[in-house]
Amino acid sequence: MKIILFLLEKEFKQIFRNKALLPMLLGVPLIQLIILPLAADYEIKNINVAFVDHDRTTYSHRLVEKIKATGYFKMTGYSTTYREADRLIELDRADLVLEIPSQFENTLIREGKGHLFLAVNAINGTKASVGASYLSRIIADFNADIRFQQQQESSKTRRGRIAIQTSNWYNPHMDYKYFMVPGILAFLVTMIGGYMSALNIVKEKEIGTIEQINVSPISKHHFIIGKLIPFWLISMVVFSIGQFIVSRYLYHIIPVGNIFLLYLFLAIYLVAILGFGLLVSTYTDTQQQAMSVAFFFVMIFLLMSGLFTSVDSMPPWARAFAYLNPVTYFIEVMRGVVLKGSTFNDFQGHLVKMVGFALALNTWAWFNYRKTS
Amino acid sequence: MGHSAKGILCEGLSKSFHRGAVTAVESINLKIDQGELFGLIGPDGAGKTTLMRLLTTLLKADRGNATVDGLDITEDYKMIRQTVGYMPGRFSLYQDLTVAENLNFFATLFNTTVSSNIDLIHDIYVQIEPFSDRRAGQLSGGMKQKLALCCALIHKPTVLFLDEPTTGVDVVSRKEFWGMLAGLRTLGITILVSTPYMDEAMRCDRIALIQAGEIMQVNTPQGIIESYPLTLYAVKAEDTFRLLQDSKAYHNTRSCFAFGSYLHLTFRGEDPNLVREYMEYLYRKGHDSLTINKIAPTIEDCFMYLMNSKPMTSTRL
Repeated sequence: MKIILFLLEKEFKQIFRNKALLPMLLGVPLIQLIILPLAADYEIKNINVAFVDHDRTTYSHRLVEKIKATGYFKMTGYSTTYREADRLIELDRADLVLEIPSQFENTLIREGKGHLFLAVNAINGTKASVGASYLSRIIADFNADIRFQQQQESSKTRRGRIAIQTSNWYNPHMDYKYFMVPGILAFLVTMIGGYMSALNIVKEKEIGTIEQINVSPISKHHFIIGKLIPFWLISMVVFSIGQFIVSRYLYHIIPVGNIFLLYLFLAIYLVAILGFGLLVSTYTDTQQQAMSVAFFFVMIFLLMSGLFTSVDSMPPWARAFAYLNPVTYFIEVMRGVVLKGSTFNDFQGHLVKMVGFALALNTWAWFNYRKTS
Repeated sequence: MGHSAKGILCEGLSKSFHRGAVTAVESINLKIDQGELFGLIGPDGAGKTTLMRLLTTLLKADRGNATVDGLDITEDYKMIRQTVGYMPGRFSLYQDLTVAENLNFFATLFNTTVSSNIDLIHDIYVQIEPFSDRRAGQLSGGMKQKLALCCALIHKPTVLFLDEPTTGVDVVSRKEFWGMLAGLRTLGITILVSTPYMDEAMRCDRIALIQAGEIMQVNTPQGIIESYPLTLYAVKAEDTFRLLQDSKAYHNTRSCFAFGSYLHLTFRGEDPNLVREYMEYLYRKGHDSLTINKIAPTIEDCFMYLMNSKPMTSTRL
């Protein structure tokens, strides 16, 4: 025990003396937490629409005005020929083209139906699909308005009508920041824990100090524990600052669930991630190698964790990978506890898996760490 | 093995790297007595560091056996780590910790304290004490080396391994360092020190000349010099380079090496007329102000001789 305390004292002295490391450890993740959620916003605004209005009637104007009034769309063209609008798509100045045929109003009133043509620039997939569905919704809404109006005017036929009201649970305003901030915070502590533990031990190899440690009677587990605890504590501090300062005061996210539950999972999760860093360090000899290997895995962890894309919509093989990724579980726990108020019972399975990751990674690293080459 | 002898004993110790492609040390047999200051002399790549790392349990031997203070390097490696001090060739203390912190750290690693062992390192430590609050990385080369020696001694080791401790250190510090080693020897610590500098060999009790992973000869420095079987001459002329070329080309030259402004030369055979014939040859070649003297060989001459005489002399304990 005494030796571990002494190792900790030495580690912290070195960390606090390193002029570049501490700002890196504390500052960089917080800056990322401030910047990334603003960029990782799936809400699509400023969709450029070009209108081709062959009709030029009250109805066609009303439709155009309605679309413009939503705030999501920007009118970049209003023409009478499709060719002109097509040109705007080619120039990348329009994402969508809505063509209103001539006699639109007429047929709508007389025959009770009308046709619209929607052309989508699918270069940017998200923008195209989200834009098209927004626009379809607005048109459906417009349609309902007209029918309602007609019914009132004639009031002889009362046809049934289905109206869909959606309500977003746990995130009523569908604010992507609510969804992204806990996920990104989870990812940031992953990066700190993973990289720092990997680099720190390899640094001892690189400067040769590990030789001196290896010829001493200090046991493997003392040395490893002495190495992991500082980064465990620092990751905890970074997480707390991210949770209680940045999330709370910048994004106004207050966890619905129990904060202690979150810390319980964080504590175990960090052991797993530090084990990963340790494992990388046992297979590499220089900081450059360690950085490259850790970067490779962290990149995969990131993209296959469900942070940006839903795990459920991944192909089966990718889903299998995602469930072999500890980050996936922690992000689920983060989102569950922060947004939904999930309880311990909801995440019992996750707890077992995380303990499994922590044990497996650390045991593997422990066996692979050799005091003798 | 059943050896409980103090000191170091190697029997057929071999180690190769890259799955046997590179032999680092081959069948090393060596017996170093307790309290001996033993030098491992050889050029870079001779296998000195590998032998040190085998004996300090940092490497596992492929074949052979060794004991350090009676402890087997494979079976009792944990106990060896308690009792040996190792100073690697590269400065490997924490550059971002101060002198005092490094010393404390290594004392704690061995479950001891600086104050309880200060008597052993006192003479060395007083020299670096004025800098005890300075970070190790900011010390001069000689100071770093003294600190490293202190750290290797802080747990009162019975055997001390020093891997090229004087490489990259100035002449004055080197002299001082060997003075410190002589002091440690009087305390009964067995010291195995490796060096590529042949002149340092004279400061050891006994030395082993090592080349290409094999030990060529083990003896006292004086013994090695006395066993030199040839008559050695030092030759000097105006144009040293041309002298070397001509001497090498001379048909009776056995060996010829440049040592500063002199040439160390041996002849094929011991006929006293050889010197006269050789001098006549040089005059014919137009050399000026020639001198030739019979000299006593240095360790380096012995090393060169052993290296070039094939087959290598087998090592006897």
